[in-house]
Amino acid sequence: MHIVRMEGLNDFAEWRGKARQVLAAGLSPDQVEWRMLGDVGGLLDQPTPLPLADHPVGSVPRQFLDLAEQAICHADPARFAVLYRLLWRLQADGQLLQNSADPDNSLLTKWTSAVRRDSHKMKAFVRFKSIVDDSGLERYAAWFEPEHYTLERTAPFFARRFDGMVWAIVTPYRSAYWDGESLAFGPGGKRADVPQDDAVEGDWKTYFSSIFNPARLKVSMMKSEMPVKYWRNLPEAELIAPLIRGARQMEAEMIERTASQPPSRHLRQQAREVEGAEDVGEIASLADARAAVQGCRRCPLYEHATQAVFGEGPEHAEVMFVGEQPGDQEDLAGKPFVGPAGQVLDRAVEKLGIDRSRVYVTNAVKHFKFEPRGKRRIHQRPDGGEIQACKFWLNLEIGLVKPKVIVALGATAAQSLLGKSVTISKLRGTPIALADGTTLFVTNHPSYLLRIPDVEGKAREQAKFEADLLLVREAIAGLRKTH
Amino acid sequence: MAALTLRRKLAILSDAAKYDASCASSGSEKRNSVGTGGIGSTEGSGICHSYAPDGRCISLLKILLTNFCVYDCIYCVNRSSSNVARARFSVEEVVRLTLDFYKRNYIEGLFLSSGIIRSPDYTMEELVRVARSLREEHQFAGYIHLKVIPNAAPDLLAEAGRWADRLSTNIEMPTDIGLETLAPEKKPSEIRTAMARVRGKLDEADPDKKAKAAKPKFAPAGQSTQMIVGADAADDGAILHRAAGLYSGYRLKRVYYSAFSPIPDASSRLPLKPPPLMREHRLYQADWLIRFYGFDVPEIVAGGEGGLLDLDIDPKLAWALKSRQLFPVDVNRSDREMLLRVPGLGTRGVDRIIATRRHHRLRLDDVARIAGSIDKVRPFIECADWTPGGLTDDTRLRARLTPQPEQLSLF
Ligand code: SF4
Repeated sequence: MHIVRMEGLNDFAEWRGKARQVLAAGLSPDQVEWRMLGDVGGLLDQPTPLPLADHPVGSVPRQFLDLAEQAICHADPARFAVLYRLLWRLQADGQLLQNSADPDNSLLTKWTSAVRRDSHKMKAFVRFKSIVDDSGLERYAAWFEPEHYTLERTAPFFARRFDGMVWAIVTPYRSAYWDGESLAFGPGGKRADVPQDDAVEGDWKTYFSSIFNPARLKVSMMKSEMPVKYWRNLPEAELIAPLIRGARQMEAEMIERTASQPPSRHLRQQAREVEGAEDVGEIASLADARAAVQGCRRCPLYEHATQAVFGEGPEHAEVMFVGEQPGDQEDLAGKPFVGPAGQVLDRAVEKLGIDRSRVYVTNAVKHFKFEPRGKRRIHQRPDGGEIQACKFWLNLEIGLVKPKVIVALGATAAQSLLGKSVTISKLRGTPIALADGTTLFVTNHPSYLLRIPDVEGKAREQAKFEADLLLVREAIAGLRKTH
Repeated sequence: MAALTLRRKLAILSDAAKYDASCASSGSEKRNSVGTGGIGSTEGSGICHSYAPDGRCISLLKILLTNFCVYDCIYCVNRSSSNVARARFSVEEVVRLTLDFYKRNYIEGLFLSSGIIRSPDYTMEELVRVARSLREEHQFAGYIHLKVIPNAAPDLLAEAGRWADRLSTNIEMPTDIGLETLAPEKKPSEIRTAMARVRGKLDEADPDKKAKAAKPKFAPAGQSTQMIVGADAADDGAILHRAAGLYSGYRLKRVYYSAFSPIPDASSRLPLKPPPLMREHRLYQADWLIRFYGFDVPEIVAGGEGGLLDLDIDPKLAWALKSRQLFPVDVNRSDREMLLRVPGLGTRGVDRIIATRRHHRLRLDDVARIAGSIDKVRPFIECADWTPGGLTDDTRLRARLTPQPEQLSLF
């Protein structure tokens, strides 16, 4: 039997060096006993000098090194031996780690997750106390009792987080110090090495008890996330029992205490508001309409869209383009025709020499209708009822802008303006005289052009669209002459 | 009036914040204070530093700058007609408390909200000042979550996103009518417009989109919102429908559902009873199914009755029991979408099933090992050595899979 004595509790490099030697000597796991420094049982036996290596060491998967480095921090005294057994067995079976049914393997998994959890809990539950010395320098110290040997692997986290502080974390087996520049480790300590009190702790306890909502008491949930074994070093833990005891009573009081007379400050404020309240009178301008449409409830579309998107353009534009409804981007921006279809329209208008500054653009329906699909909103066509409901606003716009020419872009716009459903191909190319004396042209919606997949078809439709706009331009020119 | 001590203010202004369900401090960029002489770090996943006896994690100093408010939202403890004690922190006090708590490792950062005082702009400006001071004067690299005050100027929003990790604007109620009834001064479209603005800024700062110049950063942990459940009559269908619309429209990271809990000095128009915690729990489960399992709202709602989710069993099981014609699913052959619909199988389980079946056909034992527990799964699958036979259509299946009430209790 060979006895290998470990100086460190969790020193992976040490274990690795010794394990390599033992392995090279060809010692099987049951020929080796791993002892920790200060092991009572090992007091009498002397470590055997390790035999010199007489055959080369094999290799292990990278994964094993990563896991072993974590597992060695576990408090189980068997850790060195089990790791060596795994190392030994890996020489014969390189796939061993993939077999989750193997007892050594599942022990390894159990240990690594316990170590990771303990390290995570240290990040969460270390509580620093501040110490101010005579020179006014403020330093911080914490007493923490990890369940495993996790200080060394967790201290760098605190160094990254508390760069500008001088701090120490003392545990029973080791301590870590940060002086603002480098991290150092020293021997373990006692609880008394760290001050009992801290000036801010009272505030923290105040916060802890005030943020707790007694109507939601869920003690088991709290205990599973904040295991009781850590409580002895958490200053807030002493509040838990009284808070739980008082919870039902507090909840009952909240329920019983119904509204009392509002404070006078509130009454004064209400009075001011009533005085200041304006009558929502008639809609006499585009600005009035723009404000009023935000409160529209004529159809259900308002509820899921961001906002109503009203038309935009000069107050007395000669031409009004009417689209279908705002799309995703228009809905977010609150402006019509800012998305891809708007760009198609802008380009065509500019190309054909229609003065953009004389054009008013709007939509038949003012709220975006969509179907949520994961992270996207899929456009949906408004139905007859919605078009009809929203005609109120389009009529207002037409009445206030008084355009001479209206261009319906697409079937929804044409349906709104003509009061019946229509086919674009039958109506395009000829002006239609409306009852109020304006001239209506009907063409496709520019988004239609965007959806044509083939280049040829797209070019053909683009030409038709431009031909329609050309008619619009001529009609405007004609109007000017007759004036 | 005698001046309040800082501790008294802290008691009042954290009590006022305890009804907000959001708490996460995760999902932000990675950063630390190395070499800055400051303090603070975020490493992607947040850390819960403590737990209150209500089971909720304490990760941030969650407080209000002030609980004075000019609004009178019925469901809110801070509404102007309520007789709760009032207090107001100065910007410097909040900064000091945050740093003091952070240095003792009590918290991951600050979650600052506020009652509306004077005007939305004034209030938002105060919140922004706290964040700016922490970042610029104190090199604070911890987590900051700021509440957006709807209707505040867009440039204040832009600055808020520069300092904060996360921004949130609470939608409050599942329906516009509900909101207008209970919060007469709040305009739903203003709340949504604020979210749309934040989304616009998030899009601009999105590092995935190609652009030449380095982009100014904006709320790297994204935006979230909270909806109060059970204060009005809106059903689960309305709630989930609203949530789906918000996720798709504003790139929200999370919708928090907050079971309405009784508040002191409450209006008689409110349901004054213990908060519907199980309903809240089911909504979170349903939300999860929508975001990660490819379910849509109507399907999930159809698992319950009359627009409400089943409180006794989880929404996926409820849906499956009503969609038995689609089962059993062959775990050795079905596509990912369908496997995700099997009760008791999670996304990781499904991925492991798909990986394993490339090597060999799965047996019931394999599935049990992967799923952790087989009871819920068994009636809905077929594998190498198992078919459920009549079990899938057994009329007693629901009763058999419904946990006993004791287990159901959250206590
Ligand atoms: S779509 Fe039109 S009618 Fe419907 S709510 Fe919006 S503005 Fe009103």
